[in-house]
Amino acid sequence: MKMTPSEPLVLDRVSASYGNTEILKDLSLDVRPGELVSLLGSSGCGKTTTLRLVAGFLTPTRGSIRIGERDVSRVPVHKRNIGIVFQNYALLPHLTVRDNVAFGLKQRGVGKTERDRQAMEMLETVGLTGLADRLPSALSGGQKQRVALARALVIRPPLLMFDEPLSNLDAKLRVDMRVHIRLLQKANERTAIYVTHDQEEAFAISDRVAIMDAGRIVQLDTPEVLYRRPVNEFVARFVGFENILPMQVIERRGKFVTAALAGGATLDLNQAEFGIIPDHFLLACRPEGLRLAAPGNAGVPVTLGMRTYLGRAYQYQCDSDAGPLIAHGAVDEAHPGVGTQAVLSVAPQQCAILPAAKS
Amino acid sequence: MGRKVHPLLGISAGLVFLFLIAPLVLVLGAAFNDATYLAFPPQSLSLRWFERVLSLQNFMDAFLVSLTVAISATALALLVGIPTSYAIVKHRGSFPSWFSSVFFLPLLVPEIVFGFSLLKTVIVALELPVMTALIAGHTILVLPYAVRVLGASLSNFDFSAEEAAVSLGMHPLKTVLAVVLPNIKAGILAAFILAFITSLNDVSVSLFLTGPGVSTLQVEVLTYVEQYFDPSVAAVSVLLMAITLVVMVVLERSFGLANVVK
Repeated sequence: MKMTPSEPLVLDRVSASYGNTEILKDLSLDVRPGELVSLLGSSGCGKTTTLRLVAGFLTPTRGSIRIGERDVSRVPVHKRNIGIVFQNYALLPHLTVRDNVAFGLKQRGVGKTERDRQAMEMLETVGLTGLADRLPSALSGGQKQRVALARALVIRPPLLMFDEPLSNLDAKLRVDMRVHIRLLQKANERTAIYVTHDQEEAFAISDRVAIMDAGRIVQLDTPEVLYRRPVNEFVARFVGFENILPMQVIERRGKFVTAALAGGATLDLNQAEFGIIPDHFLLACRPEGLRLAAPGNAGVPVTLGMRTYLGRAYQYQCDSDAGPLIAHGAVDEAHPGVGTQAVLSVAPQQCAILPAAKS
Repeated sequence: MGRKVHPLLGISAGLVFLFLIAPLVLVLGAAFNDATYLAFPPQSLSLRWFERVLSLQNFMDAFLVSLTVAISATALALLVGIPTSYAIVKHRGSFPSWFSSVFFLPLLVPEIVFGFSLLKTVIVALELPVMTALIAGHTILVLPYAVRVLGASLSNFDFSAEEAAVSLGMHPLKTVLAVVLPNIKAGILAAFILAFITSLNDVSVSLFLTGPGVSTLQVEVLTYVEQYFDPSVAAVSVLLMAITLVVMVVLERSFGLANVVK
């Protein structure tokens, strides 16, 4: 199959509005050739708007969008040459699977024999050879999504875009399909944008993830960095740091810092691990980073609340002077009982340091 | 299907069927009757009233007028109705909520009033030829049906398929023809049938718009029964039923009526 080189995608200070409401504000994004970047965020964060801008269904009010050397900001959708996989598959109901896949080639003037050959080849890649003559209505959700994938890939677009492609599939199939999508995207060396609200999915499939909130990219990084070093409270909560504690440095000894929590509990932190720690900061802590210990140990004093069983651990709802906390306990330990005083010891490797919220 | 049906339900369903079918049987019987007046049951069978109807130049001319008007009005209503319902359904949010109701206003106005106002404006004021006036009037008459049925059909269409086609390189205008229309074929067909039958059966509007020498079949039948009381009108009705039946069967064979009525 002929290879078109993969191209970078650049969004340069792009803004977009629906009516008088500004949805995106000065959004910039660089996607490297062959890279898969996910736009991750809850609904209304602007991720779908960004996708529709790049696709051309929306026109930016300011800024430019470039694919490779080409400024496509004002290029109509049908001339942009982008392969899009839609959330609801968007197959053409009156065409067979083969004709659906060959549709883009037909628009490009490829002859019938050649486009059928390429369509069949692509159907083989996605494992649907036997279904070429079916109508979309006779396919399952997973099969439809494979057809949609084949249809987007066969035109060899410099850019692939996925709009929550797996959200209509069941959990098991979602995992299979995301591996499949990733393999095909890599094998074909296509630059790709992947929109999702599922953090696990985004982390599993992406080279880098852009976490979006209120029309801005809050943090763009590899999944590993996002998971361990969120830049602020929003990202921290998004990637599972359920406890956010305001803290103040009370003593510095070389690279070691002692910080105090509201209520007086203190904690020693190593700046070699976290970087320079400011005088006021937020300590983000995963539930796994807070372990139940007997009163008198070092840590945060709490009153225990309800315990729920998660399989790999118990989860405790706790009340501290700094507010409610969520901690994990080992599966073999006995519940000391609701209302018991206890201490949560903090494991720094399960924590992140965030700048203090502006007051 | 061993489901038990309550006897009362069976009886009432039977009565409804009887109510619907009995008049047709009566007409059928009267049409094949040899007698010179409308009567049921027929005394002796004959085809003489069919012969008479087919030899009446008035009826034949009027039938051609009716057919021309029905086909033209239906075609025009579809030409206006398809883009209209497309816009209404696809851009639902961009129109005020009362907008789509505008297309149902002709249903609210009594047909007699509608026919009379058309007479005053189109025929008297604009001096349009009778045929043009008839087609214009019927187009307005059947448009609400077309818009309603097409709208229902388009509501089931997933417009993201259209977006997908555009993203794959098809011009947006072309997708309307190549993607939207093939997928609302059943709706177009249903709209066609409904509009066509409505136009063919209309009396009130046509009554005002027909003029010297140009009359629709329904108006001609009305004029005829005012003067004669022989079974010719029953024969006409049977012929119309037969035509409708043939159309339905042909559609059933070529498209599957189950899809149309859906």
